[in-house]
Amino acid sequence: MKLPLRFLVPALVFAVLVGFFVVGLNRDPGQIPSPLIGKPAPTFALESLGDPAWTVGPADFAGRPWLLNIWGSWCVGCRQEHDALMAIAEQGRVPMMGLNLWDDRARALRWLAELGNPYVSVAFDPEGRTAIDWGVYGAPETFLMDGSGRVVKKHIGPITLEVWEREFLPLLAMTKARP
Amino acid sequence: MIPELGHFALILALLLSSAQAVFGLGGAARGNAAWLAAASSAVVGQFVFVTLAFGALTWSFVQRDFSVLYVATNSHSELPTFFRIAAVWGAHEGSLLLWSLCLAGWTLAVVAGSKSLEAPFRGRVLGILGIVSIGFQLFMLMTSNPFARLIPAAPEGLDLNPLLQDFALAVHPPILYLGYVGFSVAFAFACATLIEGRLDAAWARWTRPWTLAAWSFLTIGIALGSWWAYYELGWGGWWFWDPVENASFMPWLAGTALIHCLAVTEKRGLFKSWTLLLAVSAFSLSLLGTFLVRSGVLISVHAFATDPARGAYILAFLAVAIGGALLLYAWRAPRLASSAAFELTSRESFLLLNNAFLVAALSLILLGTLYPLFMDALELGKVTVGAPWFNLMFLVPMLPLVALLGVGMHAAWKRGVLGSVKARLWTAAACAIAGGVLIGALAYADVRPMAMLGFALALWVMLSSLLIPFGRLRARQTLPAAVIGMVIAHFGVGLTTLGITGVQSFKVEKDFALAVGEAASVGGYDFRFSALRDARGPNFTGVEAEFVVSRAGEEIAVLRPQKRLYNSGGNPMTEAGIEVGPARDLFVALGENLGQGRWSVRLQYKPLIRYIWLGAILIALGGAVAGLDRRYRKPVPARISDTVAASVP
Repeated sequence: MKLPLRFLVPALVFAVLVGFFVVGLNRDPGQIPSPLIGKPAPTFALESLGDPAWTVGPADFAGRPWLLNIWGSWCVGCRQEHDALMAIAEQGRVPMMGLNLWDDRARALRWLAELGNPYVSVAFDPEGRTAIDWGVYGAPETFLMDGSGRVVKKHIGPITLEVWEREFLPLLAMTKARP
Repeated sequence: MIPELGHFALILALLLSSAQAVFGLGGAARGNAAWLAAASSAVVGQFVFVTLAFGALTWSFVQRDFSVLYVATNSHSELPTFFRIAAVWGAHEGSLLLWSLCLAGWTLAVVAGSKSLEAPFRGRVLGILGIVSIGFQLFMLMTSNPFARLIPAAPEGLDLNPLLQDFALAVHPPILYLGYVGFSVAFAFACATLIEGRLDAAWARWTRPWTLAAWSFLTIGIALGSWWAYYELGWGGWWFWDPVENASFMPWLAGTALIHCLAVTEKRGLFKSWTLLLAVSAFSLSLLGTFLVRSGVLISVHAFATDPARGAYILAFLAVAIGGALLLYAWRAPRLASSAAFELTSRESFLLLNNAFLVAALSLILLGTLYPLFMDALELGKVTVGAPWFNLMFLVPMLPLVALLGVGMHAAWKRGVLGSVKARLWTAAACAIAGGVLIGALAYADVRPMAMLGFALALWVMLSSLLIPFGRLRARQTLPAAVIGMVIAHFGVGLTTLGITGVQSFKVEKDFALAVGEAASVGGYDFRFSALRDARGPNFTGVEAEFVVSRAGEEIAVLRPQKRLYNSGGNPMTEAGIEVGPARDLFVALGENLGQGRWSVRLQYKPLIRYIWLGAILIALGGAVAGLDRRYRKPVPARISDTVAASVP
């Protein structure tokens, strides 16, 4: 008996869908390339978390590479990456600034007192205005800037030492090698 | 100890599901009555052990056993008992267990409610349900074991997501899953029919009440989800076209097409292969939704913990279950071709159009949901398809569908005669158009053509539905439950249309920065921020604002929106203050503290929004009433008995 092909159409459509799903499974839909890469880092001058009278911002790192880590005491992923941040700070290769997002000052300070403070300074951004300039849509996120103040790398989600060594260190070595 | 017993019960359930599949399908193929009887027994055993596993997980939650990883991740010692029980299905692993329990329950119902089915056919149905059950139980045991231990035990749980700490969590997932999973019965009936290669009116009569029951649950489940999003997420929206919502809406559309199509297959023996394809599709879309939600291929606000291993597993399972069913369809459906003549304005034509529009809507939503995935996979960039696209595209098939619905339900089978109804329908149409234009023009501050069209369609469907009992009673005809159900459900469609039109055309949403003592006005209502105080619950602290709502100087309501911080940490949660009314909802949500005593406040005026959900309740009720029709409870006439022999190709 000859099978009419039109009855095979649903199965074929489904096969195409499965093909797309296989490709889709191996990609991360959240991995959106930051439009900031290669551009000068957005500037800001925010209150320091520890001392409201003190202002911190990218200007503090003029001429040096630096890291910006977006975090908040409400953020589970931030707690997860905290040990890695402490280890990165310990290595001392590059200064790290924290951007404390959508948080309460007392809670954030308690967090740093309890878990340790990997940051050279922490900018306090309770309403997330600066975070919007940076294209942040959640925490944690980590940016690397080179000596000329350009963004060279953005990592979304908790950072691990493996990611640090594989993705950040080579870039850092390159920025330092450049005159 | 108890979690280990639960784990063990789950393994036994998997073994019994396998027995159910082997004895069901094998018994039918070999004509072995003992095997077929064993399949039914395996169903009972499977249900018992899945229930035990579910009970063990519930017990672990109630006892705050933080040595169970899943409990430690989704509970907290301060979480009230009610939510500790609901938390069982608050995340991925437990919700799979609920899925499995629903499937076991439906399978048990098939065993109990299908005594009149021929044993081999029944065996095949149970066998296919067994395969689906194996898929989910193996999934749990391999990648998502809810009983996995956490050694050493956590001193405190991470807490259930505060968004889920709501009454709706207790009812929304179970009812939704009963709907999703219920389509597995129609799926199994369709596959069993394809294996046997025969389909008659009795098949449609068996399938219809099961499909109606599942579809009614799904309707209620979706409506509950919409209502929950409205008051709990604090945004005041009622539908977001989020992938997870779409994942529940697509099977609903396929199920809606299916119950209408089954009517044609039952009464006229037409559209057989199409009906089978819909039955396969409705459940396939449920499975597809499970994959989309839990594999991480799409971004959604309903983030389940995603894991590539899980995605790979579900995809493999999808390929086997759906792919197998569709290949079976390609092989067997051609021999089920049916032909009979019907005229252009007969009920068959209208139901064909109904199916065409529903499938068009379904395809558009599927396309919109998967479009970001397609683009990404083809390296064409990252895109999102937003609500405006869905809102517009969904209207294209829905407007003609709703307009034709009003005529279609009066059309006679086969003949294209509307008869004496024609004059009444013209009157109803004229009244609906006049009413729609008047409401659209006069009831609200703006005049919008789309609103007039929406109101006219809503009135048209409601009036046209009511003509049926009116006409039947005048002609002293009986009103069978199936007809009453149809009238209720279609009247519900009219109400939902009314609600959607009202909200989408005339809602007002505004944000203000207010301090205590200040007031703002939205939609003709004045909201005065009268007080701000601390709020305290069993496991949260926060602030509560008080808003006195008045209209033309007359006080209407006092609303108390809250901003909560749960003791276990996490984002602050917004509890909206809502004044419910037949004509409109008034909605106040407290935003951020802007400093100097000012708060950002979102005020909303939502006309007719309640009718969206009221209509959905009527739609589900109509489905339930129709499913209880007497003709589905009559014993099915015996079929030719040599089914087993006939099934060998």
